Amino acid sequence: MTAHVTSPQFKQNATKALADDQLQKAMSNVRQGFIDKRAAVAAKLPEFEALRDSARDIKNHALQNLDLYLERWEEKVTAAGGQVHWARTADEACGAVLDICRRVGAKTVTKGKSMISEEIALNAALETAGITPVETDLGEYIIQLRGELPSHIIAPAVHLNATQVESDFRRVHTHLDPQRDLSQPVQLLTEARGVLRDKFLSADVGITGANFLIAETGTSVIVTNEGNGDLTQILPRIHIVIASIEKVVPTLEDVSQILRVLARSATGQEMSVYTTFSTGPRRPGDPDGPEEYHVIVLDNGRSAMLGTAFQDMLRCIRCGACMNHCPVYHAVGGHAYGWVYPGPMGAVLSPSLIGVDKAGHLPNASTFCGRCESVCPVRIPLPKMMRHWREREFERHLSPATVRSGIAFWGFFAKRPALYRLATRAAMGALAWFGRRKGAFKSLPLAGCWTQYRDFPAPQGGTFQAQWKAKRGGR
Amino acid sequence: MSARDEILGTIRRSLGVTGTERPRHSAVDERLAAAPKGLVPERGNLSGEALIDLFKAQAAATLATLEEVDGLDRVPEAVADYLRRGNLPARARIGDGLASLPWGATALEVTTGASDGRDLVAVNRAFGGVAETGTLALVSGPDSPTTLNFLPDYAVAVLKRSEITGDYETLWARLRERFGKGVMPRTVNWVTGPSRSGDIEQTILLGAHGPRSVHIIVVND
Repeated sequence: MTAHVTSPQFKQNATKALADDQLQKAMSNVRQGFIDKRAAVAAKLPEFEALRDSARDIKNHALQNLDLYLERWEEKVTAAGGQVHWARTADEACGAVLDICRRVGAKTVTKGKSMISEEIALNAALETAGITPVETDLGEYIIQLRGELPSHIIAPAVHLNATQVESDFRRVHTHLDPQRDLSQPVQLLTEARGVLRDKFLSADVGITGANFLIAETGTSVIVTNEGNGDLTQILPRIHIVIASIEKVVPTLEDVSQILRVLARSATGQEMSVYTTFSTGPRRPGDPDGPEEYHVIVLDNGRSAMLGTAFQDMLRCIRCGACMNHCPVYHAVGGHAYGWVYPGPMGAVLSPSLIGVDKAGHLPNASTFCGRCESVCPVRIPLPKMMRHWREREFERHLSPATVRSGIAFWGFFAKRPALYRLATRAAMGALAWFGRRKGAFKSLPLAGCWTQYRDFPAPQGGTFQAQWKAKRGGR
Repeated sequence: MSARDEILGTIRRSLGVTGTERPRHSAVDERLAAAPKGLVPERGNLSGEALIDLFKAQAAATLATLEEVDGLDRVPEAVADYLRRGNLPARARIGDGLASLPWGATALEVTTGASDGRDLVAVNRAFGGVAETGTLALVSGPDSPTTLNFLPDYAVAVLKRSEITGDYETLWARLRERFGKGVMPRTVNWVTGPSRSGDIEQTILLGAHGPRSVHIIVVND
């Protein structure tokens, strides 16, 4: 089972998003907040750039030896009394969760935030089996009430405004006083805290994701700010962790290196509020904690990315910095990408996981400005990998006829440099002359998609090649 | 073929390895055994008064509150004062690790054991503190229930001055001394300030699901 995919309709999704006033208002929070906070916290740590190198190297080392680290990690989990379940596909992962839930007769399952859970559409699988999943991260709870996918990997409800959340709470929390005041965000938070507190205390099974798996100790790690992941995993009798294979890192020291760049890149905090290291079930004498500890470790196409041009993508630690800094994401929001992973990381990962035939538009949704790569804490060359996908899409004849003939037209000139210089000089001169008065065009033949949203600037000076030649002084 | 064998098989095929290479095994085993430190930020290498000052400043930046007392025996009195200042009822759930302190000398009503969600205030013994980010480390066990760190609205953590380290790496070294190399308690909680959420319009609000307030009592030893 996989979450419903609308990535093939990326263009329609994006057009709709651009005309959505509520969404555009909400997205302004992303543009303003995340970027400044990250920049400020990075500037406070002189070693930040060097730590990014260190984090990259650790993930590279772990991926090069992934088979061995997974084996070592599994041994340690088992030694601590936990159980490991291997899942090749989304269906196998959902099946493993359902088997455990059915064995213990679970009716309600609380969930910490997990992108893997979204990837495998676990909630739908649980509901089909008659088990009620309750998302407990505030953002995930809100989008569960609305039947939506997350629009951001760490801020799932970033596409919404407080008034929309208020109307959802009024629609669903019908046991509360209809006259209550919910005009302030803090009142919404307090209401969700109260409603979910009861769910935490009565759930039969708690499911969390994992930011990391540690081979040295057989530990899974979650990083949250709310504390919902912890209440999810310490109160019910059963704790199930769902994680993908590339989450494994060697040691506690290695995870500490990566933690130093994770929160700073994600929310601009020096450290998230709760970083929790879990190893096996409750020990003899422990006054609390789960009696069973399971880890479902999912492949779902990742093992085949190793050794390819996309191996570097497996370094991703899901901080969201790439989308926070992406002008395309800012403009269209996360839902336009049509599946669970939006923004630049989604544009690279989604074609690997659901196929370039479905997600081929996503790597085209980039201006190649390079901001994503410049902020990635593990230095993933996202633009380069989007270019790889574009090449594959072209090679497999998946791109539309207009794009192909456009590229062929450009290619004709590009292969004839003298003709190219002549044509660009002529076209530029014409544009500069027609646009000489206003310095920009409100509309332009063949550029309607551009001028519909903003003016097209009239060219100034010489062509790029002419300027380059002048600048280099004929060297 | 089992899912496990197939996944490991695909990984090996993709990487162009067999899984039996001696040098790969020894590289992995050496790394796990040596656990190299990597890069520790300069600020994690402080000592003495500067270290404690950094811990205090960083804890304050996370919106935790902090006070110092002279000796563990003064903790019950400090907790009683803290509750009085906050206009809170004189009741607290305490970790067993603190049960031997002179609570009887205060008017506080204290109970031990795990929380069932009805406690407003809990006091737990922390394993350590990390100055570089003002982070508390709490370790699960008979003396220190994990529920105390998450269910109450007000969480108070007690740690000795000597248990504050500059960096995470020194904390791990202390943990290995206590539990052994490669062995972890069921849960290690790093707590950096009170619970919060920014999920509604990116506005940070305190008290999402965990404690709305975190108070740190540093015992000068």
